[in-house]
Amino acid sequence: MINILLIAFTISLIYIAMANRMLTYIRIIAFQGLLLFGIAFVELIEINVINLVFVLLETIIIKTIAIPFFLKFILDRNKITREAEPSVSNFISVVIVTLIILGSFFLTNAIRDTHLHKIFFIVALSALFTGLYIIITRRKILTHVMGFMVLENGVFVLSLAVGSEMPMLVNMGILLDIFVSVILLGIFADKIGDVFEEQDVEQLSNLKD
Amino acid sequence: MIGIYLAGSLLISLAFYFARNHLFNVILAWIFCILQGTLAIYEYAHPEETQLVYFTADSLAVIFLIVISIVCFPVIYHSFVYLSKHPYKPREMGMYYAATVMLIASISAAYLSNHMGITWVFVELTTLSASALIYHRRSKLTLEGSWKYIFICSISITLVFIGVLFATVAVQQQGINDLFYKTLSRNASMFNVFWMKLAFLFIFTGFTAKAGLVPMYTAGIDAKDKAPYPADALLASVLMNVGFIGIFRFYEITSHTSIFEWTNKIILISAILSVFVATVYMLRVKNIKRMMAYSGVEHMGIVMLGIAAGGIGYYAAILHLILHSLAKPALFFQFGQIYRIYGSKSVYDVGNYFKYNITGAIVLLLAYFIITAMPPSGMFVSEFLIFKSLFASGNLWILILVLILLTMIIWALGKNVFKMLFIKPVDFDDTRVESIPFSESISQIILLILVVYLGLNPPEELVTLINSAISTLPR
Repeated sequence: MINILLIAFTISLIYIAMANRMLTYIRIIAFQGLLLFGIAFVELIEINVINLVFVLLETIIIKTIAIPFFLKFILDRNKITREAEPSVSNFISVVIVTLIILGSFFLTNAIRDTHLHKIFFIVALSALFTGLYIIITRRKILTHVMGFMVLENGVFVLSLAVGSEMPMLVNMGILLDIFVSVILLGIFADKIGDVFEEQDVEQLSNLKD
Repeated sequence: MIGIYLAGSLLISLAFYFARNHLFNVILAWIFCILQGTLAIYEYAHPEETQLVYFTADSLAVIFLIVISIVCFPVIYHSFVYLSKHPYKPREMGMYYAATVMLIASISAAYLSNHMGITWVFVELTTLSASALIYHRRSKLTLEGSWKYIFICSISITLVFIGVLFATVAVQQQGINDLFYKTLSRNASMFNVFWMKLAFLFIFTGFTAKAGLVPMYTAGIDAKDKAPYPADALLASVLMNVGFIGIFRFYEITSHTSIFEWTNKIILISAILSVFVATVYMLRVKNIKRMMAYSGVEHMGIVMLGIAAGGIGYYAAILHLILHSLAKPALFFQFGQIYRIYGSKSVYDVGNYFKYNITGAIVLLLAYFIITAMPPSGMFVSEFLIFKSLFASGNLWILILVLILLTMIIWALGKNVFKMLFIKPVDFDDTRVESIPFSESISQIILLILVVYLGLNPPEELVTLINSAISTLPR
């Protein structure tokens, strides 16, 4: 069961690499939240009930509903163009993300450690690097935030791999989530659209020496 | 005490946010300063006492706590001066004070934390409150600055978290289930080397965003350029110590393992690159605030050189951090006055400063000598000891390289500072220059004198504290 969920998560990474519209990105992030809910449920079932409920509620409410909904709200409100405007063509993106997944597969297999949950590790690393890749190659500020969400989902998977014995770490990962949501609220809620007309990172290059 | 402190500062912060009355603000500020001072004194009087499970007053925390308590007074005083000169809305002023209090409180808690996870949480909180301060003026450029700061800091904090997870893998294999620094360093020699190396790399890279070292130093530069100057004084001094403490606590753990030599190499590389980058930028930067931000990168590089070299370098590095955190705020307060007179941060627009503000000019001149570590400055002593440790550890070529770079920095800074002090500015209308009262320079003079005194004649208590902070490291 858990393998199916993790593999579905990895496939969603490839899908995000070829997505063209902002709305697709948001949907994928919501879908990943749902998958993480399942993974957390199966993996953490043994920890105490209150903590488990907390983690599950967080994945479902914040990751799956609140953040995607909020991103959608920003998208509509600031009249951002629908296209994601990647600076690399989608075909190349898919190839690179596939290479990232293969790379993390080989990298993890090179680690000689019997205690390790290898599949968690592979998925987490692929999500981390895919997130970074999205941040590097997309031009919109909002897409950068989405890349960061993917990166964070990767971190969440990683924390699940070690967190079944130390639930505190999973809770810390959740804090990171809440932290980002607060920042999103603070900066994006109404400010960035008023100050900049077009939400392009090129606009953010006036501060230099 | 830490419980009272955290609850108290949260309440004060909330009260500031809703307060709309000047007198009430003054009273709140005094209460907070007293609370901060009491915390520092209490923790100094109760060394090694654990409170609320996750906070321990070890020597390093006490040192930095005393420093932040000293810096806190002038910061709040200058915040009042700064806000009284600008027509901000009451809501924005409330936000400013609330964020300042939260920043100071979360920095103090991050110092005192004895658990990897808790340190991480409070470092995250510093990013939140600092970004509220950077965004204070609500212009296009401040938005850009705070967005960059938030984004880089979020990625760095995620890297630290990944590092903590890797460390957990190593820890769990030994059947340990907590992340207290004490437990970790007691059992450090048993941990799997591979995971510890990975963990160190990630934690080090992540904390460099706060500490202002290569590779993530860029976050701090734009932030210090755009934040109001009293906030700069915090960002450029005590907040950098948070990054240092994060790195140092994990470094202490690795010092008991076989990867110690390897970590020293990593730190050395990052330190040299930091000094180098700072030199390159300081040679061409014309914005005085950015110049000082790069100077912070340079000083953190020097501190890390001392840590990597070992021996007397550990002592000197901590001393250098203390002195740097006291000297930097003085400079930033001074820049606030310069900005009020000339309305510009560019070296080209500032000049003949002696004519318009004599005390301010004297402070600037003194601060120049102190920040470049020329002999009356206490930093001369600490830098000298760091160079000595570099020499003793056989890094002669690195020492020569760093000395050449530092000479260039002294020249670059001197060129700009003397231009600001003595050469007439172009197109400057001096008919309506604001005269700045002497009283606003007193805090800077006190801070600078403290730097000289603590460096040349450190009190017995300080030396004991520093020595006990580094006592677990191999000699």
